[in-house]
Amino acid sequence: MSAAAPGTSKAAHSDVAPKKKKGPGALATAYLVIYNVVMTAGWLVIAVGLVRAYLARGSYHGLYYSIEKPLNVCPLCHIPGIVPSSVVLTGFQVMSRVFLTWAVTHSVREVQSEDSVLLFVTAWTVTEIIRYSFYTFSLLNHLPYLIKWARYTFFIVLYPMGVTGELLTIYAALPYVQKTGLYSVTLPNKYNFSFDYYTFLILIMISYIPLFPQLYFHMIRQRKKVLGHVEDYSKVE
Amino acid sequence: MWHVEILDAKTKDKLCFLDKVEPNATIGEIKSMFHKSRECHLSGKSLKDEDVLQHLPVGTTATFYFRDLGAQISWVTVFLTEYTGPLVIYLMFYFRVPFIYAPKYDFTTSKHWVVHLACMCHSFHYVKRLLETLFVHRFSHGTMPLRNIFKNCTYYWGFAAWMAYYINHPLYTPPIYGEQQIRLALIIFLFCQIGNFSIHIALRNLRPPGSKTRKIPYPTKNPFTWIFLLVSCPNYTYELGSWLGFTVMTQCLPVAFFTLVGFIQMTVWAKGKHRSYLKEFRDYPPLRSPILPFIL
Repeated sequence: MSAAAPGTSKAAHSDVAPKKKKGPGALATAYLVIYNVVMTAGWLVIAVGLVRAYLARGSYHGLYYSIEKPLNVCPLCHIPGIVPSSVVLTGFQVMSRVFLTWAVTHSVREVQSEDSVLLFVTAWTVTEIIRYSFYTFSLLNHLPYLIKWARYTFFIVLYPMGVTGELLTIYAALPYVQKTGLYSVTLPNKYNFSFDYYTFLILIMISYIPLFPQLYFHMIRQRKKVLGHVEDYSKVE
Repeated sequence: MWHVEILDAKTKDKLCFLDKVEPNATIGEIKSMFHKSRECHLSGKSLKDEDVLQHLPVGTTATFYFRDLGAQISWVTVFLTEYTGPLVIYLMFYFRVPFIYAPKYDFTTSKHWVVHLACMCHSFHYVKRLLETLFVHRFSHGTMPLRNIFKNCTYYWGFAAWMAYYINHPLYTPPIYGEQQIRLALIIFLFCQIGNFSIHIALRNLRPPGSKTRKIPYPTKNPFTWIFLLVSCPNYTYELGSWLGFTVMTQCLPVAFFTLVGFIQMTVWAKGKHRSYLKEFRDYPPLRSPILPFIL
């Protein structure tokens, strides 16, 4: 039996220093504030464009064309943004936005006059205006409760609304994609490769089934966490 | 007699207190005093089953942290399963089993001889891997997490099916440069297969049977191992070469994708292995790169 110094057993207990949360520095904060203000403005432009066009024409028809340009640009601008939420979830959302604006609506002219396009555009517009104002105010440490509440409540309706619009739009595009063979590659070719955009779109639609509930319930859990404690306080009274 | 206190690595809860432990007890024996398959570490440094209690930098009261690794499966089982799949699946496409291609092609064979050659190469590759798993490799860890078998099999089986579908397709287009291209590709493929096997044998011979010792690999009399002068993980280098050969041989884009994805994964592994060599051996040869000489 060897007698080693009793002090050395302390080494085994070391580790666990409390983790300090590092906030962004002044320069990073400035960049983020500007970024979020610009994004809010971008989606406001779309919202205002929609309202004006509707008032001018008196009908929903063809409203897509009045906001086509900003609509195609805004989702792309999501890419350089750094937001304080999960990279995977945000990544998915950005990809699906870009996919729907460019690879579906912009590419298949025939669906551009569909009502479903308006459905998801409206849902996205309202969601994004609230979301980016939320980030802006949070960065400035002056977050009105109303914005926080709106961000974590409106999605309950807006999210299913957007998804419905997206799915209906993809579904409407299917016959045209099949007829024209858009973005598809057939055999034989020297790369021995094939891709069927029609089947791909169907698989995308099917993927909504596992993905949408996960994202939706994630938001619901976030809502309970963020807004929940307020209800507890009011119960104490 | 020594005291050993065992805490949960994550929650720091006291799991167990053993107060009559022999100083020459090994970690493995302490683990079985504890009856679960767990990983043991001492304040950050992972311990091995062979480590002896009194040789560790602790006092007569030692505190160990145990982490439950979850359901485990043996490496051998995983390798055998993930490699048998591609072998069988590719052959199903090669023999044009029903429900894959149009019914008039069922059980027909391709008229292009490169398709037969590709089948032989692909099958040879996976038979080699299976035999190596059974007779050549000496594994450091016995087991890996159970979920890995699902992940790995999806990867190997999925890609095998995707590649095999196009290579054995009735509308397959053989390589543009014909016989020249196929011959060159075959030479590259065979060269790298032999290379890969040579490295596996060299690595095996570094380690006596049943042991888990680690040594720096060096070139041997076999010229295929001379690449150790420039690379830490030449088995991956040769593997990349084999699949590049197969890509050129079949001129098939899905094969190119498979090669690319495999290359990315192997680079990650090679960099990790290279780093742990550098950490463990102070006299590690400085000229070596992880996977590609001088480049990566």
